[in-house]
Amino acid sequence: MRLIEPLRARLPPALRTPRAGTALVFAVAIALPFIGRNGAFTNFLADAGAFVLLALGLNIVVGFAGLLDLGYAAFFAIGSYAYAMLASPQFGIHLPFWVLLFVASGIAAVFGILLGAPTLRLRGDYLAIVTLGFGEIVPQTFLNLAQWTGGPNGIGSLDQPVFFGYRFGFNPLPYYLMVLSLIALAAWLANNLRTSRLGRAWMAIREDELAAAHMGINTTSTKLAAFAMGASFSGLAGCALASKLQLVSPDQFMFNVSVFVLAMLVLGGMGNIPGVIAGSLILSALERFILPQTTNFMHNLGLNVDLTNSRFLIYGVILVSMMLFRPEGLIPSRQRKAELHAGAGDRRAAAAEGELLTETIR
Amino acid sequence: MDVFFQQLINGLSLGGIYALIALGYTMVYGIIELINFAHGDVYTLGTFFSLAILTLLGVDSVVHGPALIGVLAVTILGAMILCGLTGVIIERLAYRRLRNAPKLAPLITAIGMSFILENLMLYWRGPSPVPFPQVIPNPQFALGAVTIQAKQIIVVLLAVVLMVVLQTFVYNTRLGKAMRATAQDKDAAQLMGIDINTTIALTFLIGSALAGAAGFVSGMYYGSTWFFNGFAAGLKAFTAAVLGGIGNLAGAMLGGFLIGLIEAMTTQFISDQWSNVVVFSVLVLVLIFRPSGLLGESLPNKV
Repeated sequence: MRLIEPLRARLPPALRTPRAGTALVFAVAIALPFIGRNGAFTNFLADAGAFVLLALGLNIVVGFAGLLDLGYAAFFAIGSYAYAMLASPQFGIHLPFWVLLFVASGIAAVFGILLGAPTLRLRGDYLAIVTLGFGEIVPQTFLNLAQWTGGPNGIGSLDQPVFFGYRFGFNPLPYYLMVLSLIALAAWLANNLRTSRLGRAWMAIREDELAAAHMGINTTSTKLAAFAMGASFSGLAGCALASKLQLVSPDQFMFNVSVFVLAMLVLGGMGNIPGVIAGSLILSALERFILPQTTNFMHNLGLNVDLTNSRFLIYGVILVSMMLFRPEGLIPSRQRKAELHAGAGDRRAAAAEGELLTETIR
Repeated sequence: MDVFFQQLINGLSLGGIYALIALGYTMVYGIIELINFAHGDVYTLGTFFSLAILTLLGVDSVVHGPALIGVLAVTILGAMILCGLTGVIIERLAYRRLRNAPKLAPLITAIGMSFILENLMLYWRGPSPVPFPQVIPNPQFALGAVTIQAKQIIVVLLAVVLMVVLQTFVYNTRLGKAMRATAQDKDAAQLMGIDINTTIALTFLIGSALAGAAGFVSGMYYGSTWFFNGFAAGLKAFTAAVLGGIGNLAGAMLGGFLIGLIEAMTTQFISDQWSNVVVFSVLVLVLIFRPSGLLGESLPNKV
């Protein structure tokens, strides 16, 4: 931020607004695959884009509403399987991709409500473990119901999207542009939600559920809305990624994925949309480029270290060290930062109070 | 019917392992209201520590006579001490600083710690299952058509003995009293001169040591382990703790045995593939309909 400020001050006022910044970022994002003209890079961008969508969705649940969802990959799985079952030779159903995009996100949202309705009354930490359990049940169920889901092999040869007669095929570029438009839609939605009545209700619940309830917020339905909204984003991501990979299988949706997305949020900054997008891109790049490249580099130096195996270790370290030393993330939302540091202030205040009491007793 | 009784025996011995792990969850939750997600991995670590100690002792097959008692004592105590220390380190590194932070923060570091431990074990012992030597002679007793293995008796006995020792410690010693006081009200406990940092560290020490004992027992019982073993086992043991009533020691024991039975019966009468799904569904249902568990009192909602 400190680096950007002086540069921004030199711009004409019309270009200093956040909107201009957003437009610039999207212009660069659209231009990226044309600059590189490298299939593998575009392919990476398309995959990373799907994870940006996931991170934006989880951000609504964890970042805005403060509900720890550890089974987020389950909704991703539901979205992917919804597409796989309705657009593949599996049942001979071939609905168009663009319809299924909404159907899949709708189905994921319904499951979000089904899981959320009974569980959202629970205390925060119980919710975490229930969602963790749900995240285990869903891929296991897809694995077990082999007659419908193909079991461990999953469902293959899914339909490719067709856009006004243009078949997407195996070129990653159209997928990337499609995912990018979904991200634009999701980011716009999330940003508008954030400042809406609902968004402020989410944040009120995050900060103090009891107080929020006393201010007349219906906490259960508000939390349910966050769950459904987050789930629907991951349904979109699931549909998009499934159509690109043309394959779904249960091992794509294990607990690792939920933690991967959570680490994106924690790294970038929970509750802050640019932060979450940045965190997501950093971790995707880490997984696809940085670790393999560093491993290669180490091999060239004669060190036999394979860092690609340690990515989960790195996510663990990110989760712990970020929460300890910079809980607001790399690009924080100002409000969240104040909240997360309130605890430390409390402790100092409590210590001072304690000393006072001991003195009085003496 | 014979099959039912056979599964009853199997379920009880499985349950003994879950009960030992559940005690650690319930103690930590009781005192700082944190789901210690890393606890299941401490349990797996217990199996690996036991294995390392057995290797150090040069034991790789059945031991007979008085030597057996020596080997067992050294291995179990060693695993308990090492796991206990691991637990204390985890608390110091990942949880202590966040004791007053919003609830979300320590939960996230707990998930992170679990990932770190799993991957350290992956480095240490590789991705495939590691065999665990049969140390104990394992005679089998036949009761009609039901066979009981000696190791099944050992599992249940060890779980019950450790549970009784723990119960005595918590309810009949000064340190136990300090733990209960800290669980009730940290500030008041501190004002009464209790060092809450030490007390909480002690809780982690004991809970993790029990997980270490469970780790040894599980190695002995299953004959192998792998780095990811603690994830599902931890989730099941947490289910057991919740089912029995979180914060309640006897409840954790009861919950552990019940979950073991549920798992064994599901494996027998439905299918092996569905046992995890059934156990986690029990977790969801208990949390929804009876969040205080079977023996727990309903917790006031601390905000």
